[in-house]
Amino acid sequence: MIAIINYGLGNLSSVKNALDVLQIQSEITNDIQKIQKADKIILPGVGAFGYGMENLKKLDLIEVLNKEVIENKKPFLGICLGMQLICKKSYEEGEFQGLGWIGAEVVRFNLGQSKLLVPHVGWNEVVCNLASPILSGGNTEQTFYFVHSYYPDVEDKNLVVGWCNYGVKFAAILQKENIFAVQFHPEKSQTEGLEILRKFSNIS
Amino acid sequence: MLKKRLIPCLFLKNGRLVRSEKFSYHQVLGNPITQVERINSWSADELIYIDISDDQHHDLQRDDHKIKSMDSIYQIIETVSKTCFIPLTFGGNIKNIADIRERLKRGADKVIINTAVFENPDFITKASKAFGRQCIVVGIDVKINEKKEYEVYVSHGKKPTGLDPVFFAEEVEKRGAGEIFLNSIDRDGSANGYDIKLIKMVVKAVSIPVIACGGVGEFSHFVDGIKEGGASAVSAGNIFNFTENSVIEAKKTLKNAGIDIRPIINLSIKNI
Repeated sequence: MIAIINYGLGNLSSVKNALDVLQIQSEITNDIQKIQKADKIILPGVGAFGYGMENLKKLDLIEVLNKEVIENKKPFLGICLGMQLICKKSYEEGEFQGLGWIGAEVVRFNLGQSKLLVPHVGWNEVVCNLASPILSGGNTEQTFYFVHSYYPDVEDKNLVVGWCNYGVKFAAILQKENIFAVQFHPEKSQTEGLEILRKFSNIS
Repeated sequence: MLKKRLIPCLFLKNGRLVRSEKFSYHQVLGNPITQVERINSWSADELIYIDISDDQHHDLQRDDHKIKSMDSIYQIIETVSKTCFIPLTFGGNIKNIADIRERLKRGADKVIINTAVFENPDFITKASKAFGRQCIVVGIDVKINEKKEYEVYVSHGKKPTGLDPVFFAEEVEKRGAGEIFLNSIDRDGSANGYDIKLIKMVVKAVSIPVIACGGVGEFSHFVDGIKEGGASAVSAGNIFNFTENSVIEAKKTLKNAGIDIRPIINLSIKNI
């Protein structure tokens, strides 16, 4: 069973709907015991970083997430804000500490004089040059749906398995041992996105 | 780079899918859910549903419907979001923050607001603060009036506002709109192609994406909307309802014209 963490942010039902179609068992929850029992964890989310961390704290979820993901090495997938929350810190509307699992700072797109708009919304290409259990082999370029104004600036580039370009080259897919994270929305990226969720669910 | 988008737009009236012409004639086409499957949403980049019902009553009870009864737009949203894993936008009868919240909760990713914006321009600001700018699409319906000038209409094309579409577009952008859904009442259902002049004017005036709609009768019209009009996304209703494999054919036409769009994925969900 996959626990989809409910911390009051984002369209959790979209992730659940996608897993349902793939016939993957999941539950939207913030119950600590259920998260302990789950064999995988997904942290979705759309919204502001500070508010997200505050809610994780309020719901007492930080300790259980650290324990299950870092100590017990349960496969974890962060989606969009869920990817950013596992970084060290974010500069979204202030300065906030994150879960700190990935050495990265979450920064705003600074596109200067370019005509590109923030937020980055729409379908964009992700170039994958490293193999990953959540990616199908062979496909080096796939198109996914993005909605975000901030992105993680990752210290160790070896953790980046997929890059996207929007005025700046940024990490679209991260991987560190049992931790996976995507900046786009696999649950809104049709077959290619659903394929990532299926591959994640197959990790043992 | 960011792809140009192709977006089928489905009009709903009293729970039925309808074909629209000049915003006034509506031919019933059938069940909104089965239609989604038929148009092969798997190659579309997003889907837009616009509810043009005069009242809140939705009755889908007909023998040929797979889904027997749906008495609200909420049920339609819930059902569509279980089959379509692409961004979903719902418009129509959205008057306040609670209306938006209810739609998002049930699986909508964005909403289109129209008449409420004219009645209360602050609504855009409040909505984009509450849900993020990317979530708020403002629908602008335009008609050429008796003075032969472009004019914004609301209440599904029934009520003139006296406003110029360029002024209105600039205003809604300032107030926090994330995108503009620009429809031409004169071209609606005409199959004569987009009103390129109108699209160009609005695209030039704003820096948010403009979705062009109204008038597509052949696939090459989509190319015109992007190449000549400068739209970020092209939308249409009728061509997707009456033409087999229309989304795929439209994408092929766009690709052959050298437009950067998301490739057609020949993989059904069952094969994942």
